[in-house]
Amino acid sequence: MAEAVQGSGPSPTAPKQMTMADGTPLKVALARATRRSKIRALLLVAPLLVFILITFIFPIVDMLMRSIDNPEVNEAIPLTVAELDRWDGEGMPPSAVFSAFVQEMGDRSDEQRRNLGRMGARLNYEDGGFRSLVNKSQRAAAKIQDAPLQFALVGFDKGWEDKKTWPTLDTLAETADFADVLPTTAEQLRAWETGSSPFAEKVPGAETFSTILSELATAAGNGSLDRLLPVIKAENKKLATLIEKTGAQAGDIEANPLRYALMGVDKAWGQPDTWKTIKNVSSPVTASYYLNAVDRTYDSDGNIVMQPEWKQIYVHLFMKTIYVSLGVTLACLILAYPISYLLATLPSSKGNLLLILVLLPFWTSLLVRTTSWIVLLQTQGVINDTLVFLGLISDDNRIEMIYNMTGTIIAMTHILLPFMVLPMYSVMKTISPSYMRAARSLGANPLIAFVRVYMPQTVPGIGAGSILVFILAIGYYITPALVGGQDGQLISNFIAYHMQKSLNWGLAAALGTVLLSGVLVLYWLYDRLVGIDNMKLG
Amino acid sequence: MAGKKTPFVQFVEVQKTYDGEILVVKDLNLDIQAGEFVTMLGPSGSGKTTCLMMLAGFETPTEGTIMLGGRELNHVPPHKRGIGMVFQNYALFPHMTVAENLAFPLQVRKMSKSDTEAKVQRALDMVELGAFGGRRPGQLSGGQQQRVALARALVFEPDLVLMDEPLGALDKNLREQMQYEIKHIHEQLGMTVVYVTHDQSEALTMSDRIAVFNDGKIQQLAPPPDLYERPDNAFVAAFIGENNRLRGTVKEVNGTGCTVDVDGHIIQALSIGHEGVGSRTTLSLRPERVMLDPAPGSMPNVFDATVEELIYLGDHIRTRVSTCGDDEFIVKVPNSHAKASLSRGQKVQVGWALDDCRALDA
Repeated sequence: MAEAVQGSGPSPTAPKQMTMADGTPLKVALARATRRSKIRALLLVAPLLVFILITFIFPIVDMLMRSIDNPEVNEAIPLTVAELDRWDGEGMPPSAVFSAFVQEMGDRSDEQRRNLGRMGARLNYEDGGFRSLVNKSQRAAAKIQDAPLQFALVGFDKGWEDKKTWPTLDTLAETADFADVLPTTAEQLRAWETGSSPFAEKVPGAETFSTILSELATAAGNGSLDRLLPVIKAENKKLATLIEKTGAQAGDIEANPLRYALMGVDKAWGQPDTWKTIKNVSSPVTASYYLNAVDRTYDSDGNIVMQPEWKQIYVHLFMKTIYVSLGVTLACLILAYPISYLLATLPSSKGNLLLILVLLPFWTSLLVRTTSWIVLLQTQGVINDTLVFLGLISDDNRIEMIYNMTGTIIAMTHILLPFMVLPMYSVMKTISPSYMRAARSLGANPLIAFVRVYMPQTVPGIGAGSILVFILAIGYYITPALVGGQDGQLISNFIAYHMQKSLNWGLAAALGTVLLSGVLVLYWLYDRLVGIDNMKLG
Repeated sequence: MAGKKTPFVQFVEVQKTYDGEILVVKDLNLDIQAGEFVTMLGPSGSGKTTCLMMLAGFETPTEGTIMLGGRELNHVPPHKRGIGMVFQNYALFPHMTVAENLAFPLQVRKMSKSDTEAKVQRALDMVELGAFGGRRPGQLSGGQQQRVALARALVFEPDLVLMDEPLGALDKNLREQMQYEIKHIHEQLGMTVVYVTHDQSEALTMSDRIAVFNDGKIQQLAPPPDLYERPDNAFVAAFIGENNRLRGTVKEVNGTGCTVDVDGHIIQALSIGHEGVGSRTTLSLRPERVMLDPAPGSMPNVFDATVEELIYLGDHIRTRVSTCGDDEFIVKVPNSHAKASLSRGQKVQVGWALDDCRALDA
């Protein structure tokens, strides 16, 4: 106290920092005094905060992550991805890609098989058929690893595992020309024991494949193969063609045995587009789920293009969802406005009774309400029966009111109506009847008074109700699922489908995120146009 | 009462019931001349607001007719009556600016834009809010909102303006200031005003005539001085101003005067509202008309009294004495040097003139 008096005394020009009697600055003292109550407030909200964090914030963040997360390919075949990164995308990838790929595909450990399964599913979103391709290649890769050249030859031409090929060669190996041109092969074949019994081996060991491949390469290189071909031709024309063809490519096959081996598993492995697709989806994050959610996709060169026409469903579905939600919102508004007005202007005893009637649906299971609409609206239902009984429609022309868009709109309007009534009622309740009286006394007829004085004051309620109903409608799931039939399905039904049936969580998350951002844009627009402060929910 | 001219507003045998059981307004007859400032004064539930609402058109009389300027109003909807109205809670449209609020009655009358603007500005200037046209009602203080409401009720130049407790929400100083303003505007524009209030000082300050309502009936209709000085019945006497009430029996009536026996004391009073000799009566006597220790013989009524309580109020000392069997008898003693030496328990004499003591109904 004494200090304060002194401070204000001698130097009024320089304002002294305010202090407590013991000299601590006022701000510090204030912070100390309020800290305890702040901590207490935090403790009070903590349970809810934690709950919201775990059940709301975390799932939303997780969903956002999932919609761009793309770990499957990278996790399953990291070495291949690293090699693919070095590939410029021109022609076929280098052999290092194939060796890494076969090695990783051939790993039969449980974990790797699970990873590869996920990769197959992931690649399948880009191009149907990838899943089975990966599955069968996985089985083959383990074997390829043991005898790459054998599988390379077989992969080059199925003729190499034809049951006639090797016995014929075995016979020819006895000839001088064969022994001359392919000496080691001849030696090995002579040592190979085959027989005429149906159970005898028809294909020699893997080493014979590698020998014949390297010798064919040499023979084709120095032209000596041309001497041998007529001899083989005389024995078997087809075999001669096979030898000639193989000889011409032998160098390439020897250099890229795994490529040919994989092509033997599936032709797709020999197409650059297959590898480009893998390269494209190998990045740890991807926009492809979002592209997919708006009916677009990457082509194999990484350009964004429209999906093929038969796969374009989501844009249409989004538009349909928005139109249905707008329609439901408008229907709710038209129905709810007079009810709310009545509720707000009736004496409170009657008003409360009516309000209970409005709230009654809230206490009834959503499922019950929806299914009761089925009872009412179906072709053999109450309404159709009544109309037929009254002779308004004939028995053959019963109206289709459910399992289509009509059913969805009717049921959704009914279910969402209270969400429109309550905010409007709470706003209208606060509008004093004296405004209308004032307007009337100032010379406005009832209509003008209503339009110019009453209605503008209900705008916050209209806005709050509309935005509430619209947001609920745009994400509505159970009612369309039950009464929507084929064409009454909305976007959330597809999100649910991808969550539960197709297990494409990335796409489900992307669709959900698009929906969420649409709602946020609307919210922002509403804030700009009407102002969130003006929104009253009750 | 005021000449042969047909009254501007007439209530003719008006009755009103809301529930079919209780008459809120009973057999009401009231004539209001053009240019008059008439106040309906009464406790809440006395039917005054109902009368105003019937005049405005928001309630319909159950029976009887209401006439305005010679035209029967019963079936004219409110917006065709051309009556300006100021509401208790102002009822300014919150979504419009002050200027838009004022323009509203002109716009619905399809007045041209330039005329509207000129009139709005003139009305705003009249209530000294010329610079506030662009504000919203929510941005104004209570007093400013009240002025806007007043301007809005006047801007379309109605011949009749109704005010329903317009100053009820204001604090005391502002209320007094607004009372004078409304009075001045009334004098300036000369329209007819029907004003409803339960505040008697407000009624006394502003009105040409006051209709005191109680129990659905007009108890007395008179200019403020008459009402205060010459109440017709015990209710009016009690409701307007402070009042000493002595209950007794009429002993004798002679012309305008009478003698009343109050607890053995014989009091001379004016004979106003009692039912003859032998009937019960209430004597009404204003505290400021009672003299302490009057000169002997100067007054017909002089009685012994004991000072019970003294309350110092600056300009006067409110003195409670017991006399004539009543220990709530109030005397206002002017704060002059001569009378400064009263003390509790002191024996004094109180006296008053015959004209100041009115024998009313029981």
